[in-house]
Amino acid sequence: MKALSRYLATPLVLIGGLLSFGWLLVAILAPLIAPYDPLQTIQPLMRPLNSGPNGEFFLLGTDMLGRDIFSRLIWGAQTVVIYSTLATLTAYVFGLSLGLVAGYAGGRTDAVLCYLANVVLSFPVLVLYIVIIVVIGASPLNIVIAVTFSSAPAIFRIVRAITIDVASRDFVNAAITQGESTLRILFVDILPNTTGPLAVDFCLRLGYTAITIGTLGFLGLGLPPPTPDWGGMVNEGRGMAIAFPHLVIFPCIAISSLTLGLSLLADGLREVNDAKERQA
Amino acid sequence: MSDPMTHPLLEIRNLSVSLPKGADRPFAVRDVTLEVKPAEILCIVGESGSGKSVLTATLMGAAPKGLKVASGHAMMGGRDLLQLSERQWQKIRGREIGMIFQEPMASLNPALTVTQQIEEVFELHSDLSKTDRAREARRLADEMHLPEPDRILHAYPHQLSGGQCQRVVIAMALAMSPKLLIADEPTTALDVTTQAQVLKLIRDLRDSHGHGIIFITHDLGVVADIADRIAVMRHGEIVELGSAEQVLKSPRHAYTKALIAAVPSLVPHDRPAPDTVAPALEVSHLNHSYGAVQVLHDINLSVAPGQVLSIVGESGSGKSTIAKTLIRLIDPSSGRIAVAGEDILAAEGQALRGMRRRVQMIFQDPFGSLNPRRRVGPMIARAAVLSGASRSEAVARAKELLELVGLDRSAYDRRPAAFSGGQRQRIGIARALAMRPDVLIADESVSALDVSVQAQVLDLLADLRKRLSLAVVFIAHDLRVAAQISDEIVVLSKGHVVERGPASEVLARPRHPYTRDLIDAAPGRDAF
Repeated sequence: MKALSRYLATPLVLIGGLLSFGWLLVAILAPLIAPYDPLQTIQPLMRPLNSGPNGEFFLLGTDMLGRDIFSRLIWGAQTVVIYSTLATLTAYVFGLSLGLVAGYAGGRTDAVLCYLANVVLSFPVLVLYIVIIVVIGASPLNIVIAVTFSSAPAIFRIVRAITIDVASRDFVNAAITQGESTLRILFVDILPNTTGPLAVDFCLRLGYTAITIGTLGFLGLGLPPPTPDWGGMVNEGRGMAIAFPHLVIFPCIAISSLTLGLSLLADGLREVNDAKERQA
Repeated sequence: MSDPMTHPLLEIRNLSVSLPKGADRPFAVRDVTLEVKPAEILCIVGESGSGKSVLTATLMGAAPKGLKVASGHAMMGGRDLLQLSERQWQKIRGREIGMIFQEPMASLNPALTVTQQIEEVFELHSDLSKTDRAREARRLADEMHLPEPDRILHAYPHQLSGGQCQRVVIAMALAMSPKLLIADEPTTALDVTTQAQVLKLIRDLRDSHGHGIIFITHDLGVVADIADRIAVMRHGEIVELGSAEQVLKSPRHAYTKALIAAVPSLVPHDRPAPDTVAPALEVSHLNHSYGAVQVLHDINLSVAPGQVLSIVGESGSGKSTIAKTLIRLIDPSSGRIAVAGEDILAAEGQALRGMRRRVQMIFQDPFGSLNPRRRVGPMIARAAVLSGASRSEAVARAKELLELVGLDRSAYDRRPAAFSGGQRQRIGIARALAMRPDVLIADESVSALDVSVQAQVLDLLADLRKRLSLAVVFIAHDLRVAAQISDEIVVLSKGHVVERGPASEVLARPRHPYTRDLIDAAPGRDAF
């Protein structure tokens, strides 16, 4: 409890947390708060704050197919939250376990894993996404695979560096001399000592992944229509953006507020961690 | 006019420095009154947290963030140092007050040669020409008795030994011939023979140049060697101030008496000759190389149950490498290490993990050797489980051990951050003992501790070895500590055993010249 109140006393954590958890709440409560079915066509190209033929009220207007943008944004939050969390988590599973192994084992294992990571990292990320999606096709699962494949090497590098540092401390030597198994040393002795910097990276990466999913949607490589997807909404509305700016502006605000929230949260966590370290 | 030789260089009056709110006490330094005369070494002695470093940092106008001068004056040459602006300070630091720090390597710039760094001081504080600056640097190098000054002046810090680096740092501090020199633990990071040379250099500087020197240290041996006057600090206050003779020979304050009593004596206790029982640990023909460099040459050792063997040597002697091979953190190039007759170097995999519990280690750094994320009790209990105890036995054993090492049972649920250095070292000992080992390796296990805490941990180790019939291998650079605890001493130099024998024999009648050098260099050997 004391730790939590200390985090909440940091303005960056508070603002970032409110933004990110706000979107999380929206995603969870989507069925309750969305006024209309996001796929239902009602009246095309209504401007914001107008009413439809049967007395429907469109807070943010409708798109060219007559779907309520407000409802689509709310359901889109669910899409983004689910897939960016899932993709980041799977990237973490791979990056974390391989990073721990490489950092702890060193030698040839480390060299081979680093080489593989560098090969992946040497591709421009966007090109990598396009290649993967074009090859395996656009589907929710494939987006998760593409993000995992391109993010895991970066996570691997961070975890590997922290592991090398932690593994050189004497408490790890003490565990070795007690005959502790390597698996337990990795996950009980080393892993908990890496969480500070990793929590920061996780928040940042969640934000990047949200942008990535938006970008893929914008490029037409994201979730297949008619799934409500923020990036896809920008893409669909872009041709008419001059006449109907509301088609593009609101999804853009949604993407940036979520990533801004996560970035602020990451900065705040870093601030608290640094302060803790200085105290110790 | 008063005599310039007796008029104080620096007069501190009622200096108090306050700590930020929420600290464990209101003042880091409280109501300190001191003076330093020319050609005088004033030693400020105190344990960690006594405020001695805050005091000197304040005198350099570099008090740590969050600390404020609450009251008092520090007069030097008619000015109050505590009232100076940052601009005025820049004129004084280096020119009127020189400073020497603990870590010589860290106080030098690794990217510049020695002569460039010394010349830089003249560039900042004088208008000497390039050739004059180089000449001055050379003069200082000679004055510091640097061997091969031409080579050293054009070398980079990493090419020099710790002692040479510290001489360079002293040369830089003295470049502008400041009247006052502040030295903060300047020899703590050095080997004992190097320390003796640096201490001699500092005494010579006092005599030849008449510097007033404030010398901060935790080591009473060093104090006995160098001090003209002594100020003993505790909890931010000066508890005793007087001439070296008076403070060391007839201390008045109880704390000073306790400090002096805690200094381990160089004269070992008489111990009964060991019974001829089978050794718990036997090392034979141990060799090890890092690449092409051989660091251990044919090491032979043995320790019987209930005996303490000390391995003594300076940095680079190979003593830590021996420790690491004994617990198989590194595999030696060749040799045999037998624990109760079984060769642990031959074991692999599961068999090795089973044998590991027999040799346990207490590490040097009490802050690095405990996982900050784990609670103390479960950490010790886990060791017991690994040695074959059941879950409930392990918890009971962990609680017993916490008591055995002198900690409260309430320590069980706390994390390492809640404990002081000495307490953490006790936890490390409890963790090692939870494995029920036959052999305990203590690698510089008391060198990071304050002298009073050090004495307690040494007593604990001596008591445990008797009660549990432990064979202890004690690795130390400090002869005093080794003299107190060991039955047998092995002296290691550059990877060779140069002398071995009963502690009383080795210390009273050293046969090898290196052992004699080590004993002669032990600070304060006439006083304690």
